[in-house]
Amino acid sequence: MLQAGEWAYSETLKEHFMNPKNILQGENTDDFDGVGMEGNLQCGDQMMVVIMVDKEKDIITDCQWKTYGCASAIASTSVLSEMVKGRTLDDAFHISPKEVALELGGLPDHKIHCSVLGDKALRAAINNYYTRNGQEDRVKQEQAKVICQCMNITDHDIEDAVLEGARTYFELQEHTKCGTVCGQCKDETEVLLEKFKHIHFGA
Amino acid sequence: MADMKVYFDHNATTPLHPEVKKEMIAAMEMFGNPSSMHADGREARANVEDARRKVADFIGAQENEIIFVGSGSEANNTVLSLFVCSSSQCIPGSRRGTIITTKIEHPCVLETSECLAHQGVRVKYLNVDRYGKIDLDQLAGMLGDDVGMVSVMMANNEIGTLQDIEAITKMVHESGAYMHTDAVQAVGKVPVDVRKLGVDFLTISAHKIYGPKGVGALFVKQGIPYCPLIRGGHQERGRRAGTENTLGILGMGRAVEMRKIEMPEEEERLFLLKQVLKKGIEESIDDISLNGHPTDGLASTLNVSFTGVEGEAILLYLDLEGIAVSTGSACASGSLDPSHVLLATGVDAELAHGSIRFSMGRESSMQEVEYLLDVLPPIIKRIRNMSTAYIKGGLHAASR
Repeated sequence: MLQAGEWAYSETLKEHFMNPKNILQGENTDDFDGVGMEGNLQCGDQMMVVIMVDKEKDIITDCQWKTYGCASAIASTSVLSEMVKGRTLDDAFHISPKEVALELGGLPDHKIHCSVLGDKALRAAINNYYTRNGQEDRVKQEQAKVICQCMNITDHDIEDAVLEGARTYFELQEHTKCGTVCGQCKDETEVLLEKFKHIHFGA
Repeated sequence: MADMKVYFDHNATTPLHPEVKKEMIAAMEMFGNPSSMHADGREARANVEDARRKVADFIGAQENEIIFVGSGSEANNTVLSLFVCSSSQCIPGSRRGTIITTKIEHPCVLETSECLAHQGVRVKYLNVDRYGKIDLDQLAGMLGDDVGMVSVMMANNEIGTLQDIEAITKMVHESGAYMHTDAVQAVGKVPVDVRKLGVDFLTISAHKIYGPKGVGALFVKQGIPYCPLIRGGHQERGRRAGTENTLGILGMGRAVEMRKIEMPEEEERLFLLKQVLKKGIEESIDDISLNGHPTDGLASTLNVSFTGVEGEAILLYLDLEGIAVSTGSACASGSLDPSHVLLATGVDAELAHGSIRFSMGRESSMQEVEYLLDVLPPIIKRIRNMSTAYIKGGLHAASR
C-alpha cells in the first residue's frame, strides 16, 4: 500500500512556506524606498511588497513583503523577494508570474493566480519608487483594454479567467460572458486566450 | 516533524470502527451474488438482509424502506431526480413543478438542483440566519400548490447546525409536498427516528459513522412514489440496479450497530471536548469568531474564523504538526470562492477564507484537544505576522 503522498506543492514551495524569507517585520513601511500592494482580503489574496533601492546603480538591494493568502501565495512572495535582490529596476519590473512559478518548482494550475499578485505588487512598488523620486516618466501603468464592448470585458478579465481555469473559448464565455452578445470580438479573444495560456501555462 | 497524530476531520470521513473492520475482514471470503439461489448466493443475501435490518432498526424504519446505494451523494441525486421523471409512478413534477431546498446544502443537492432547473424545474432556495438555521416563515411563504418536494439537510457538514426537521416536515406535508432530508452528518451523531421526523426520504452514508466508503442508504417511506436512478436490475426490489456491495453493506450494518451502543455516551463526551476547545481558542487567540449554532449543533463540530489569515495556510501548518482539519476556504480545493455555507450565514468573505472546521469523533481525546491548543496559537500568530491584514495601525487598515 502507498504511504501518504507529498503535498500538492513542490519541495521548494513547501520550504518557502515553512520558512518564508524576508517577511516585513512590524508595520512600518516608511523607511522603504517603494511600497506596492495588490489584491484584496475579500478575494482571499493580498500582497504587499516593499523595496530598498541603490539609487546610484538603479538596483534593488532589499525586498520584503507581507501576504494574506494560501501556501502558494506565501511561498511565491517569499521566492519573489529572493529573486529580485540585486536586479535592476527595469529587470525586476519584467519578472513574470511564470518565472516565479518556475523558481518555485512549478505550481498546480489552479494556484497560478496566487503567484500573479506578487509580481503585480512588485511592479506597484517599483512605480511607487519612481513616483517618489521624481522619475514619473518611468512609471508604467498596466492599462486594461476593453475587448468585448457589449459586456465590457477587458484583456485583464480574460487573463484572470485563464488563471482561474478557462482553457477554451466556451469556458472563457462561462467565466466572463465575453462575446455572448454580438460576438464580434471572438477572433481577438481567441488570440488573447492562446497568448495567456502560453504565458501562464506554457500551453 | 510532529510525533503526535490528531485526526479532527471526522465530518470528511471517519476511520473504520475496529468492530467493523473485524467483521469485514472475516467476511472477505464471502463472494456470492445475493441474487444467486445457490448456497454462496444465499450466504451473501442473508448478510445483506441482516445489515438492512440493522440500518432500519437504527432509524426506526421498516426493512423494506431501506435501499442500499453507493453513497450519500447517490441517495440525494436519486431523490431529487424523481422530480423530472414523467412516469405516473413518480412524483408528478409537471403538476407541482417546484423544489425547495436551502443555500447550505451539500453540493450534491445544490448541483443536482441546478441541473433540474435547466430541465424546467423551478428551484427555490431558503435563506439561513447567522447560525445556519432556516427561516420557517420564509418556508411557509414558499410552500404552496406548486411545490412538489422540499429537501433540507438535517445537520450541516461545515458548521454542524441542526434543523428542526420534524417541524419542517409537518409544514411541508400540510402543503401536500414530499419531504427529504440529507441526514448524512446527523445519523449516528444525534438520535434519528424517521417516524418521529415524519420524513418521506432520508439519506445516510456509512463512512461518516466508522463504516466503509462507497456505501450509503436511502430511506423511502412505504407507499411514496419512487423510481430508480440506476436501472437495469431487480436488486433492492428493483429500486437500485447493480450487484450489491455486499462487503460494504455488511460493514455499514455493523457500523450502525456500534453507533447504537456508543452514540449516547459519546455525544456528551464530545460536547465537553468541544467546550474545552472552544474556550481554549477564545482565550488564547484574538480576533476570532465562531460559526454555527451555539447550542443546536453537532457536539463534534466546531467551526472558527480567524481574522487576517487564510484557511489553507492554517490547514497546512497544522498538517506539519500532525493535525488534520478542514477549511472553509475553497482555495485549498481549487475554487476561488469561499464556503457557500459560511457566506449564506452572512459571514464576510474575508472571514470565510480564514475558517477552519474541527470535527472530532469517537477516538478524540482531551490530550488531543490540549495538543491542538498548544500548537494553534503560535501558528495563527505566525501567519498574522506575515499577513497584510495586520499592517499600518491595525486590523484591515490595508483594505480600507
